[in-house]
Amino acid sequence: MSAAPVLSGDLEEDLDLEEDEDLEVFSKNPSLAVGSSVSSSVVQGALVHSPGALVRSSGSMVNQYGLEEEEEEEARGGVPTKDLFVTVDHPESHVTAIETFIVYRVLARTTRGDFDSSEYEVHRRYQDFLWLRGKLEEAHPTLIIHPLPEKFVMKGLVERFSEDFIETRRRALQTFLSKTAEHQLLSRSPQLKVFLTEQDLTAIKKQGPSFLSRMGDSVRAAAIAVRGVRARPQEFGAMQDYADEFSCKMSALDKVTQRIIKEQNEYLEELSQYRPLYSQWAELEVDLSEPLRGVAGCLDLCGRETEEQLRHLTEVLQPTLHQYLLCSDTLKTVLRRRDHIQAEFEAKNDALASSAASKKGDLETLKEEAAGLEERVEAANSALKGDWARWGDAMRTDLREALVSTADKNQDYYEKCLAVWETFLLSQKTPPGQEEDGLRPTK
Amino acid sequence: MRRTSPTPTAGRMAEDGGDPSERPGGSDPMEDPLEDHQRTTVMVGSTSALSSRLEVSVAETEKRNGKNAMNMQETFTVYLVETRPMELLADGRLPAPDSLWRRYSEFDILRSYLLVTYPAIVVSPLPEKRAEFVWHKLSADNMDPDFVERRRVGLENFLQRVTSHPVLSHDNILYQFLTEEHGWKEAVYDTGFQDKADSRLRALSATFRVRNPDKRFVEMKHYSDELQSHTSQLLRARARVADRLYGVYKVHGNYGRVFSEWSVLEKQMGDGLQSAGHHMDAYAASIDDILEEAEHYGDQLKEYLFYAEALRAVCRKHELSQYELELAGQDLLSKKQQREELATGSVRTFSLKGMTSKLFGQEAPEQREARLHLLEEQISEGEQAVEERRSECQVHVGGAWVDVQRFRQQKDRDIREALIGYALMQISMCKKGVQMWSNTKECFLKM
Repeated sequence: MSAAPVLSGDLEEDLDLEEDEDLEVFSKNPSLAVGSSVSSSVVQGALVHSPGALVRSSGSMVNQYGLEEEEEEEARGGVPTKDLFVTVDHPESHVTAIETFIVYRVLARTTRGDFDSSEYEVHRRYQDFLWLRGKLEEAHPTLIIHPLPEKFVMKGLVERFSEDFIETRRRALQTFLSKTAEHQLLSRSPQLKVFLTEQDLTAIKKQGPSFLSRMGDSVRAAAIAVRGVRARPQEFGAMQDYADEFSCKMSALDKVTQRIIKEQNEYLEELSQYRPLYSQWAELEVDLSEPLRGVAGCLDLCGRETEEQLRHLTEVLQPTLHQYLLCSDTLKTVLRRRDHIQAEFEAKNDALASSAASKKGDLETLKEEAAGLEERVEAANSALKGDWARWGDAMRTDLREALVSTADKNQDYYEKCLAVWETFLLSQKTPPGQEEDGLRPTK
Repeated sequence: MRRTSPTPTAGRMAEDGGDPSERPGGSDPMEDPLEDHQRTTVMVGSTSALSSRLEVSVAETEKRNGKNAMNMQETFTVYLVETRPMELLADGRLPAPDSLWRRYSEFDILRSYLLVTYPAIVVSPLPEKRAEFVWHKLSADNMDPDFVERRRVGLENFLQRVTSHPVLSHDNILYQFLTEEHGWKEAVYDTGFQDKADSRLRALSATFRVRNPDKRFVEMKHYSDELQSHTSQLLRARARVADRLYGVYKVHGNYGRVFSEWSVLEKQMGDGLQSAGHHMDAYAASIDDILEEAEHYGDQLKEYLFYAEALRAVCRKHELSQYELELAGQDLLSKKQQREELATGSVRTFSLKGMTSKLFGQEAPEQREARLHLLEEQISEGEQAVEERRSECQVHVGGAWVDVQRFRQQKDRDIREALIGYALMQISMCKKGVQMWSNTKECFLKM
């Protein structure tokens, strides 16, 4: 791990790898997404790939998708076998002269042939995850990639290095990596492999033509954005509507859950003031001492159960809802990218139609480019449609699981409290001093 | 649904009244040194409490309009006091109940009368004048129907307690309160009880200046302070907890709304979400009933919060009568010393007469004789006063100690019962919660 990224000033800004990035809100910037959305193989200015390669790479994308579809159909008979397992754990503080950050241990186990070994252990920081996701987005602009936890935002008293914050982040990073490793297409990504296997990521992060292409792309993207897409297919319009609505619902659920957690915390606070009053009163009394202490004991046990229930909300339901809130942004982003790809094609088509057949050579070039873009559009659409279905299934499964788990935990909570009070009641059924054998006189 | 307050059985009350034969002299404590007018207010006859012969309840409430003392229109609530003799009629049926209407202020007068007339008794408190310890949703308005209903229950409880008390239940004014709608107020004011109330100032100086109060009453007074402190703290904390619990439940109602809206969006999950939403709405609504029922527990605690004050009043009465005894004793002592000085001629205590006689010479023997005679009279009066005060004090201690024991046993029973009731409420709440979340889980599984 390097102490600081060694890059020139401009590129630093583009790639947003500043040291204090943790303090900024992440990834709501559409222009950045758009900039990276255009395939890395489309270039302007400094040509790296030839137009021929353009076609090939688009084609290979289609082929790739076709291959994956077959594999999925095969696997649909049973559970798709996972051949790549990842975990993120052991957060540790890493102190350098310039900054302090958390480093996580990433373990990977695999049976895949394309990996040299079956087990890997590397150390990654949050920035590295950002890099990985960025790369995946570049390579698969219309796939729905699971979101990363947000950058740290100074909110009230939450410490950047508080245990809760780090743990929450670790779990989200774990989810991100697991879902990526499970994704048919993404798990084959070379960047993922590099992320999981290379000890030193710094060198790899520095290299690659993608910097330049990104620069070019953002210029081009700006030009297209002005025009916008013209004939968006109806199904994608429906997806857009869904994404907007879904985003609202997730946001609302996220807020409601946060509110419940807050109210529950305040309830626990009051309970902790209320409970000892019974013990205190018990000290004053003689005969009443026992039942009063009994009630204090019950309140104590119920209080602990409430804490457990609260913990479950905070660790299971809340993070899941929040992640799907972030997902809803990804949905919108992916749809926007698809629109841009189509808009690009439409622009090229317009150029083709409007330009007089001046030079035969130019016309041919334009035709080839248009064809290439058309294929890109088709590929992007197929990729998106397929991944949309996959994402929908995963979303329903995840949310259902989280909600079922929460309802189950709540039911369990009430059952436990019920038992506590019933035990107390039982103890009061035979008050001391009143024997049923009739030998002892009643008080 | 009307709730009736627990009535101690007649049998138990007879026990608590104490065996008259145990008393020194074997006399009925109620006939012993009471002032004349009190004797006429006591019903001669049975020693069992009124409640064994008369069923008493506060059946209904009504709003009335009338003019108050300042001739201004006001709205107030009246309560229907029903009484029914427990003897069966000739045909084996219970007679129809008699009833009359009473206002809260009349109950208040009755209680003030009982407090003054029976200073050795820990007199049951009335339900609170104004709603206190309210958690935010509960109305503090005296006209609020829920508050009126809880007050009705409290007034019934009060009447049932006094009519089953071994001493109080025999009071004639109490009987008239239950049976004579008109003329009762005149009767109670005629007893002149208001004049007999001890002056606050006197009671206060007694507390500070009494030298040898009965240790048991000092302890009991300390206990009453603690009891008051604990119950009031508990009531305050309970209200805050109720407030928070209300918040938790109500926020779940928002889940209901969002699930419903979300269900429109989803094809597969729609049904499950929709029904889950309904359950969340029901869950949020359930807290209203839960907390309303929980008020009963609060009322039970409040009764003992106010009982603490009544207990303290009995202890202060002891301090006062003991103080008065001590004062009478000191007065007698000083008179006796004066007589001694006069008889022996020695001046032990400083007195103006003594000084002037020293300065201006002894007085004439006739004057001395006259003064001596006066002193003897005063001493004999003083001795009588001391005797009266002593017996007053003893009677009070005797009666008060018996009633304090009765009160303690009643308190232990009642509070234990209240705690059991509290546990039952918690259980009911938990059962509802289990049901609710189990149903919700089923809905989620269908998603």
